[in-house]
Amino acid sequence: MTEVLVLIDAPDGKVTKPSLELLTIARRIGEPSAVVFGAADTDTLKQYGAEKIYTYDDSVYADFLVGPKAEALAQLVSETSPAAVLVGASTEGKEISARVALKTESGWISDAVDVQADGDTVTTTQSVFAGNFTVKSQVTKGAPIITVKPNSTTPEAADGAGTVEAKTAEISDAAKTAKVTSTKVKEASGRPELTEAAIVVSGGRGTGGDFTEVEAFADSLGAAVGASRAAVDSGWYPHSFQVGQTGKTVSPQLYVANGISGAIQHRAGMQTSKTIIAINKDDEAPIFELVDFGVVGDLKAVLPQATDEVKKRKG
Amino acid sequence: MTKIVVAVKYVPDATADRNFSADNTVDREGVDGLLSELDEYAVEQALQVVEAGDGEVTVLTVGPEDAADAVRKALQMGADAGVHVQDDAIHGSDAFATSLILAKAIEKLEYDLVFFGMASTDGGLGVVPTLVAERLGLPAVTFASEITVDGDTVKIRRDGDVATQEIEASGKLVVSVTDQTGEARYPSFKGIMAAKKKPVEEWTLEDIGVDASSVGLDNAWTKVESYEPRPPRTAGEIVTDEGDGGAKLVEFLAAKKFV
Ligand SMILES: Cc1cc2nc3c(=O)[nH]c(=O)nc-3n(C[C@H](O)[C@H](O)[C@H](O)COP(=O)(O)OP(=O)(O)OC[C@H]3O[C@@H](n4cnc5c(N)ncnc54)[C@H](O)[C@@H]3O)c2cc1C
Ligand SMILES: Cc1cc2nc3c(=O)[nH]c(=O)nc-3n(C[C@H](O)[C@H](O)[C@H](O)COP(=O)(O)OP(=O)(O)OC[C@H]3O[C@@H](n4cnc5c(N)ncnc54)[C@H](O)[C@@H]3O)c2cc1C
Repeated sequence: MTEVLVLIDAPDGKVTKPSLELLTIARRIGEPSAVVFGAADTDTLKQYGAEKIYTYDDSVYADFLVGPKAEALAQLVSETSPAAVLVGASTEGKEISARVALKTESGWISDAVDVQADGDTVTTTQSVFAGNFTVKSQVTKGAPIITVKPNSTTPEAADGAGTVEAKTAEISDAAKTAKVTSTKVKEASGRPELTEAAIVVSGGRGTGGDFTEVEAFADSLGAAVGASRAAVDSGWYPHSFQVGQTGKTVSPQLYVANGISGAIQHRAGMQTSKTIIAINKDDEAPIFELVDFGVVGDLKAVLPQATDEVKKRKG
Repeated sequence: MTKIVVAVKYVPDATADRNFSADNTVDREGVDGLLSELDEYAVEQALQVVEAGDGEVTVLTVGPEDAADAVRKALQMGADAGVHVQDDAIHGSDAFATSLILAKAIEKLEYDLVFFGMASTDGGLGVVPTLVAERLGLPAVTFASEITVDGDTVKIRRDGDVATQEIEASGKLVVSVTDQTGEARYPSFKGIMAAKKKPVEEWTLEDIGVDASSVGLDNAWTKVESYEPRPPRTAGEIVTDEGDGGAKLVEFLAAKKFV
């Protein structure tokens, strides 16, 4: 079987859930090989089916932006002629993979929500125009290089050989420009990561600036907290929690929008959520067009009651 | 003297109903188009850099006849000149062909910096800037939320997925600009009048030395096999809170096994 290269994301060495999803999807196409820049927990990669684990260990990958990683991965693609390359649909994942596609003259498909293989043909599903259309695409040149959105499948464990192979790459001087002079990792909230979370509870302008009720409800469900741009622009919540076109795209099992009107740019970031709930005091708010369940009411009254009720049921 | 080229895209209005044409490409004729809203931030930043020192802003678009509207809007905001690359062969180009056309057009212009929006509001891939940089052999700093130019040095704050980074670069550079950089200005009446006199060059593929066989739908490295409108959502259940809204919500969650 042909190799499928999977670019692994592992902050502090811990492999993320989206990366485990990619390994799971890779098995539909061929034999998964994990590609790791820096350190990663190789046992986990092995348990999720990685036959090979290519590791690249050099400070050049952290000191500069995507250039060196893209060069290393492109060299590996030329060396291994994989059946496909799978990368997470983060901003960095997209940039690295698009550059690899250009360097290796391979077709590139972005933001897939599903990937299926039929013989040698790999077909992706994308959700476009704020979720209003579903598109099926294929590449016409080279190995398909695909970025896949989080929550596109459930990670499934499988026994892989997990053979580690330390690699080095030739990095050009051109890739070593634009030096990163400082990096400030965003503060962890103690809640699940927004783009990976199974449940997201968001607040908008309707919170009036107080996210206490939103956070309490999120915590009762073990959910991540998100925010609309109106809430972020007002300084009520950090930008890294913004959901939407210019924020994060989420597609959790459950999305709860509180005091959010449902502008097209907000929808663009959450419309592929499986189940959508909204609380809004305006019964004509456009968000209600999307919901599976909606409460017309004041979030300051509805959320605390819902939080108590969840806690009661959970005992 | 800082010369900045800003690449701006003409896109179908996101608030109108967008659709596909018979060849599975985006329908750009049936709906009104406009300058991609996110590119206004790039134009704004370019104008601010030039206003803080000395320089010139040229806007560049690749697209059908109507795409000239995007150039005009940027000129009204204050850009000095425009370039519109238009050619029937371009229709249906993927991100890679688009980046080739942009890179070849940019090479023909004099520039120090090239600014882009963070992503278009139609394709929204956000990779054209990085691909153009790759083709030009230049560094790319994408998703810039703050830009300062001091002589030859450009300092940028970048809002990444998990970290905020400070980046320093010198020499020619590609930058993509987010909507965190600050509001874009509205064209003034004076700006609108002045724009009428500003030069806009029209280039074909031949003018920039791009062969028609490397762009367009037939030469794209990816193809859309089929598209389908999302099935209309079945009307959800909507209740009005009469003191029991929270409890009803949790009943729904329990029925769906979320609690
Ligand atoms: C280029 C561009 C990019 C953008 N990107 C994004 C993006 O990424 N994400 C994003 O979210 N937006 C984005 N926007 C902004 C978007 O257009 C909307 O302005 C924004 O989503 C509105 O936020 P909101 O729903 O919180 O506020 P509003 O639209 O003001 O809605 C507030 C809602 O709260 C309700 N409400 C008020 N009080 C209560 C209460 N006590 N209880 C219950 N309900 C209450 C109101 O009825 C109303 O429906 C973008 C805009 C542009 C132009
Ligand atoms: C819904 C949809 C999905 C698509 N999926 C894919 C895919 O998976 N793979 C693929 O290869 N192609 C895909 N395409 C095609 C791709 O979007 C177009 O080729 C487009 O020309 C470039 O990508 P973008 O609009 O996403 O640009 P982005 O990379 O999002 O744009 C970033 C910036 O580049 C500049 N820019 C982009 N285009 C132009 C232009 N024509 N003129 C001037 N400046 C410009 C602007 O400054 C813009 O803000 C898709 C298109 C659509 C509409």
